[in-house]
Amino acid sequence: MGTDTLQAPWKKVVWYVILTTLSIVVIFPVYMTLVRALSTPAVYVREGQPLYPVDIQWGIFRRAWVEGALGDKMIVSAVVTVLIVGCQLLTSVLAAYAFTFLVFPLRRVFFLVFMATLMLPIEVTLIPNVDTIRNFGWLNSYPGLVAPFLATAFGTFLIRQGFMGIPRDLRDAAELDGFGHMAFLRRVAIPVTRPVIASFAVIAFLAAWNQYTWPRAVVTEGRWETIQIGLKSLAASKVEENNIGFAAAIIAAIPVLLLLIFLQRQLIRGLTAGAVKG
Amino acid sequence: MKGRAGRRVKDIVLAIAILLPSAIIFGTFFFYPLYRLVYLGLHQQNRFGTAERYVGFSQFKDVLTGSNFTDGLVISGKYVLFTVPLGLVLGILLAVAANRQLRGIKAFQTIFASTVASSVAVASVVFFVLINPQVGYFKDVSWLSLSNPDTALRGVALSSVWQNLGLTFIIVLAGLQAVPEEINEAATLDGYGALRRFFRITVPLISPTLMFLGVVLVIFAFQAFAQVDILTGGGPAGSTETLVFKIFNSQQPLNQGTGSVMAIGLFGITLVVSLAQFLILERRVHYGN
Repeated sequence: MGTDTLQAPWKKVVWYVILTTLSIVVIFPVYMTLVRALSTPAVYVREGQPLYPVDIQWGIFRRAWVEGALGDKMIVSAVVTVLIVGCQLLTSVLAAYAFTFLVFPLRRVFFLVFMATLMLPIEVTLIPNVDTIRNFGWLNSYPGLVAPFLATAFGTFLIRQGFMGIPRDLRDAAELDGFGHMAFLRRVAIPVTRPVIASFAVIAFLAAWNQYTWPRAVVTEGRWETIQIGLKSLAASKVEENNIGFAAAIIAAIPVLLLLIFLQRQLIRGLTAGAVKG
Repeated sequence: MKGRAGRRVKDIVLAIAILLPSAIIFGTFFFYPLYRLVYLGLHQQNRFGTAERYVGFSQFKDVLTGSNFTDGLVISGKYVLFTVPLGLVLGILLAVAANRQLRGIKAFQTIFASTVASSVAVASVVFFVLINPQVGYFKDVSWLSLSNPDTALRGVALSSVWQNLGLTFIIVLAGLQAVPEEINEAATLDGYGALRRFFRITVPLISPTLMFLGVVLVIFAFQAFAQVDILTGGGPAGSTETLVFKIFNSQQPLNQGTGSVMAIGLFGITLVVSLAQFLILERRVHYGN
């Protein structure tokens, strides 16, 4: 919008007012969560509904960490996320490679079968899948938490798109140099599609860290709770203690907030993949 | 010739090897469950899951026409209506406001995108702070009260709208930024005002992005569970029991039959929505050529 640089100063002021107002609306829910986390619950019952923290208790984050056992829940979430993202990268890169560079019978059919899984969200397959996990003896365990998410059609599709952008010449040149498939994958295909793979990894992290329904279904013991499902019991506890839950929600969002700040480009590229052309 | 044939065989062997990990996961956790859903839907189990009998498609008919499923479908449908249009409009508003060159615009863009960092669970706790009937800041605002069956779903829906704002903003902004500047400049020269330019030029140009986003938000809305689980537990009086909430609570052997039929119903809906998305994408590709 190059025309905006030529705008009259008063127009700029109007836009700053609009942008600031919208920012306040977007941030207000988080701000109130912070206020309520920092105030003792008794205070806001007594003082009505102040818009600022009363009787600030900075110790609440420590208390949430200790009494809410957030450390353990963060570890469970972290292990689950690392396992899922790591395995998804591996399985997607390999599958994408097969669908791009290998010639085998029924390739197109297999590809469509893979893509069909996009239409089967975990909410649909929940009942039989929980049965399967129970039959494997995997309730309340890492294998149970991660198994259905170790492969992904979305990742396979995205990375295949990246691989298909590799010029034929590059493939031929590598072949002349005596590269086998695995050498070509490691030394050419992966390095040149690194931006796509990175974007996918960031999205996979976001999805894995934030998931709720599946862990809620396969975890019945407190010590296997991820941070996300731990939030329910913490926030919905006794009124006198639910500020622990509010503090926990803020802590739970920090890893993804860091992602947003430091890997914004990859995150945005991943989120907009498929939505916007070019 | 022998070399080429040998290479073909090697390609096939390698393809099997590297597709196998994904195939095992997809087979076990995507396709086998689909078969199981149909099987469970055709059978009724006792309370302990130790005995079952074949009841055939009568169970499909009973469940799909029964009030439990249709109530869930209506509630999920309302959830779509409460979240998708409002979410799209707000996302467009934020994106249009932030799509300009001003000093500090990056900071505003980061703020608008920030709710993308919030999981469903975090957003639900944040709205717990705002609208919980006991302690919520807005607990006395009657039109989103969680203690009234007529309004509770709106309160829950608002948490989704807020949570999805960041994603909607990011995608619409990317769409706006892909609109060539010359088009806007040409329209300005033709005497188009800002509003007319927006509705006549910008909206049609970003409509594929908006449609894609609409489909994504519809699918999200049909999968709503955590919001309900944390904010209302399905209440009051079952008024926020979405389809997925009902499916989640049908895991006992006695209820697995009906739950499976409901899951197949949800699958049907997802399928229709996904096909719509596919057709839209397909059409867009043709336009692109």
